[in-house]
Amino acid sequence: MQAPILDIRNLSKVYASGLLAVSDVSLQIQKGEIFALLGPNGAGKTTLISIVCGIATPSSGTVSVAGHDIIGGYRAARTLIGLVPQEISTDTWESVLATVRYSRELFGRAPNPAFVEKTLRDLSLWDKRNERIMSLSGGMKRRVMIAKALAHEPEILFLDEPTAGVDVELRRDMWALVHDMRLRGVTIILTTHYIDEAEEMADRIGVINRGKLILVEEKHALMRQLGKRQLTVQLAEPMQQLPAGLRDWALVLSGDGTQLQFSFDATAERNGIPGLLRRLDELGVGYKDLLTQQSSLEEIFVNLVSERTGTSSS
Amino acid sequence: MTGARFNGRGVWAIYKFEMARFRRTWLQSLITPVITTSLYFVVFGAAIGSRMSQVNGVPYGAFIVPGLIMLSLLTESLSNASFGIFFPKFTGTIYELLSAPISAFETVLGYVGAAASKSVILGLVILATASMFVPLKILHPVAMVSFLLLTAISFSLFGFITGIWAKGFEHLQFVPMLVITPLTFLGGAFYSIDMLPPAWRTITLFNPVVYLISGFRWSFYGSADVSVGVSLVATLGFFALCLALVAWIFKTGYRLKN
Ligand SMILES: Nc1ncnc2c1ncn2[C@@H]1O[C@H](COP(=O)(O)OP(=O)(O)OP(=O)(O)O)[C@@H](O)[C@H]1O
Ligand SMILES: [Mg+2]
Repeated sequence: MQAPILDIRNLSKVYASGLLAVSDVSLQIQKGEIFALLGPNGAGKTTLISIVCGIATPSSGTVSVAGHDIIGGYRAARTLIGLVPQEISTDTWESVLATVRYSRELFGRAPNPAFVEKTLRDLSLWDKRNERIMSLSGGMKRRVMIAKALAHEPEILFLDEPTAGVDVELRRDMWALVHDMRLRGVTIILTTHYIDEAEEMADRIGVINRGKLILVEEKHALMRQLGKRQLTVQLAEPMQQLPAGLRDWALVLSGDGTQLQFSFDATAERNGIPGLLRRLDELGVGYKDLLTQQSSLEEIFVNLVSERTGTSSS
Repeated sequence: MTGARFNGRGVWAIYKFEMARFRRTWLQSLITPVITTSLYFVVFGAAIGSRMSQVNGVPYGAFIVPGLIMLSLLTESLSNASFGIFFPKFTGTIYELLSAPISAFETVLGYVGAAASKSVILGLVILATASMFVPLKILHPVAMVSFLLLTAISFSLFGFITGIWAKGFEHLQFVPMLVITPLTFLGGAFYSIDMLPPAWRTITLFNPVVYLISGFRWSFYGSADVSVGVSLVATLGFFALCLALVAWIFKTGYRLKN
């Protein structure tokens, strides 16, 4: 396997307050990967990203970017990184074009008007290039921050909750942008509270809780492994109670006796479904429809976090 | 890719960005001090100065020019540099600077370079204004420019430190208002410290601004309260102190990084 483009080893962060925000995190990310970091508020997502980007200092552990240590080789490492932080903070009196050019030059890149124009056009900012940033709407300001992050042509892009509080259109644009960046081979690490976003975009998913990375898994495998499937049997005739002959299966009668719910493990060799259907036939229980469902990442995630913290989720 | 390449573009970007702020507000930045200085000349130079004898052989109106320039230079360097770094901290845009491949030295070069440039421009504008009111002579132009630059850079560094230290706008105003202005007024801008009673003269020698003004005035008229060598050493000492503080700030990430 190729050397990872981002290599985090045993990283911990204790804030001055004594709070352990990141706890012994190790994580390797391959070039071109899209990695989604999920976790509840205060889990340590932003802190982890801030350390990699040079905004916060690590308490222990190491991080290297394409083989460059983020402290010893900070110039080379940071040149490769673009960051769109969680909070919107932009210049005020500067024009959109000026602020994006500034970002490019700050990262030591030679001016490239064509590239800057393309970036602004991709983000629907070109028409607003001469406007002062303070006159833009919040969503437009977020676009400006994205343009600034892309201005120096980074190879790794950190998007910290890129779609928090943005409208549907920008959300779609963001997704399109991520797909576009992936085609260019850019590695993307994003945090989000919208599970559908991770489901839509990510190749791999990491779940962080209370500073600990409790799980890293390829998205489909995660859903296969943890995703309970549920079979719903739509009965022809409602039944009052479960017949004794069906006790071997953990069935739940619902929908006023019109549905049988059966949870099964999709990856198990014997999932019990053929036997169940045979038994239904033997008992003369008629059914008009069968439906299977997979749990969403959201359910998986809520289960995981509540399991690890010992709190019960409703 | 070499890890130690100087990010000259980054420095230039910061410098241009800071100078753009100055250009946007050049009216306030330049006109205000020009008007203020003119008022000083009308009041001190013409109204009071005409009743005063010469100070160390220099007419009073001309005597106060170096002090006035220093007063503006100090306050402007301080407020420009402190605002320049405080504002991104305040708005949060500092994240970009912290995540950029730019060293501490380069960052300081950009911010302090811009702040010092602005106050040197301002100092020269005040000098030009002054020359319209009083006959000026500059005996040691090289020394004059050197003191001007050294002071502008030192106090821009000091301003940079204040900007990083400041947690709010009150802090930002605190240093110029409560530290610099009194030190400058008591630093011999408007009088020769020889005019003070002996006890006060001794106390005054603990005021660093005395050395700046004295050295700067020497470069104009060749006479000084303290010897020019002492002035130079004191100025360089202050410069070195600020430099060391800035180095420490970046080394520890004090109030910049968590
Ligand atoms: N500058 C700071 N000083 C002290 N503690 C901090 C600081 N920044 C964050 N924390 C704490 O560190 C923990 C992790 O915060 P962080 O911002 O990394 O969480 P997050 O996963 O990004 O949360 P969210 O989803 O709300 O953005 C929290 O308990 C937070 O209160
Ligand atoms: Mg966060």
